[in-house]
Amino acid sequence: MLEFFTAVLTSLSTGAIYALMSTALVLVWRSTRVINFAQAGQAVLSTYIGYEVTTRSGSYWIGFIGAVLSGAIIGAGIDRFFMRPIFKRVKSGPIVMIAPVVATLGLLGIIQAIVGFVWGLNYLTIAAPVSTEGLKVFGSVIAFSPFNLMVLISVTLSMILLTILFQKTNLGLALRASAYSPEIAKLSGIKVEAIRTIGWALAGAAGGLAGMLYVPGSYLYPNSMEVLLVFGFIAAVIGGLDSLFGAVAGAMILGFAINFSTTYISYKLVFPTAFVILILVLLIKPGGVFSSKKGRKD
Amino acid sequence: MRLLPELALVCLESTLVSEANLLAIKSLSVSFGGLKALSNVDLHLNKNEVVGLIGPNGAGKTTLFNALSGLADVESGELEINGKQHAWPKPYELVDLGISRTLQGVGLFPELTVLENVMIGANKSARSGLISSALGISGRDETKLRQKALSALERVYASGIANQRADSLAYPVTKRVAIARALVSEPKILLLDEPAGGLGAQDIEWMNTLIHNLATQCSVILVEHHMDVVMSVCDRLYVLNFGQVISSGEVEEVRRDPAVIAAYLGVNN
Repeated sequence: MLEFFTAVLTSLSTGAIYALMSTALVLVWRSTRVINFAQAGQAVLSTYIGYEVTTRSGSYWIGFIGAVLSGAIIGAGIDRFFMRPIFKRVKSGPIVMIAPVVATLGLLGIIQAIVGFVWGLNYLTIAAPVSTEGLKVFGSVIAFSPFNLMVLISVTLSMILLTILFQKTNLGLALRASAYSPEIAKLSGIKVEAIRTIGWALAGAAGGLAGMLYVPGSYLYPNSMEVLLVFGFIAAVIGGLDSLFGAVAGAMILGFAINFSTTYISYKLVFPTAFVILILVLLIKPGGVFSSKKGRKD
Repeated sequence: MRLLPELALVCLESTLVSEANLLAIKSLSVSFGGLKALSNVDLHLNKNEVVGLIGPNGAGKTTLFNALSGLADVESGELEINGKQHAWPKPYELVDLGISRTLQGVGLFPELTVLENVMIGANKSARSGLISSALGISGRDETKLRQKALSALERVYASGIANQRADSLAYPVTKRVAIARALVSEPKILLLDEPAGGLGAQDIEWMNTLIHNLATQCSVILVEHHMDVVMSVCDRLYVLNFGQVISSGEVEEVRRDPAVIAAYLGVNN
């Protein structure tokens, strides 16, 4: 029973981190129809900045804010100075669909190279602000720490803020309108390109947050976010790519599946479980398991 | 009664101002690749006037709307609004210029509610800052937008469906919502692209009445294939064929124009 209870808690905690990455991917996909492979690079760069700020200030929380803010700035900068010119130049032909995706792959490589050049290839650590020791339940230590709880609370709060932003504010309405139909949004007076940049900034901030919540339980190195990118992408596909709710739900499904298979069957099943779920979703419900249904009411 | 010369002059000036062109398009040309979609088109619109833009499919009617709304690149031509020359607007500048348009294909956001669809049309008037909006504390602004959207829905008799998702609506109702979205920014110039397209007789009658009513509050340029609607609501007509204005003037005058009959209306119309 305790093992089951622990598996549920760790599933929620790992699912929460996947949810940040899948949300970041969905935010960019909705606004530009691009799978942003550079998201792993953006997340790792902003986490290195968070690491640097943490080291210099001696405070995880200042580093945390630094990572989230730098993630937003990096995301906005990539859209404004990299993606937007690509979209302007590449307007027709078979390259239209593939060019932005290839560009984000290239950007991932460039960012990882820069990070390796500046900070080296060593495995770095960021000390967690709260204990990473497992909690004691009925005299037994379980594999769920106060830090895991902090991860869960941080991600839940972020998701609530994001939901309020999208469902209850004019900016959220503009973000949704620009994603559904840029042309009509423009005719309604919305500066779609600026709104897209805000979407990229939000995605970048989510990546920075994911990095600062992931690294204290792992290591920081130039490729450290690639695993998160893979799981975030699978979660986003499970959720239907277009839906923020679906991205979170998909991440939770993935978190539970991976944790339960590794707890009860074999620790070697992390990647096979993830890819079996991906293939099953693509075969049975290729549009994704979830879609957004809620809207603003009178 | 004989007016004093000064008073007569004031009255004349007042008349000139009130009858000044709200919108004037001069020598507009648009090309797509080697194809000339519009060629030296002139058009003007007065205050509280309904002007019809008719012509066969491919004549350039929607292209003219697109040029005016920044969705098509203008090759050459001038634009005047309220007698002042303006650069051809970008799509997001239309609302600031007091221009609003509907699309031929309705163009509602399917996953949003009717209220949200209409609120998007008023988004430009939102004054909240990014931070307050991002934190969800732009409540007063939100309430104002909501009220404006509900008021626009009332104008098209659709306030009762505010909470329904757009993809659950019958086609004639989507037309009303699209017009409400165009009205919510309180435009001076309304561009209606085939508002009666796909409607049944009863809804067309309703649309006639609506356009008549709209003309008391703004000026309308109407692209429409239903000639009974055009003849019923329009003060003047422009007839396009192969991207050129082949006739313009009062409705009856255009109706009798042999060039129009040959190109578009047909002998039986």
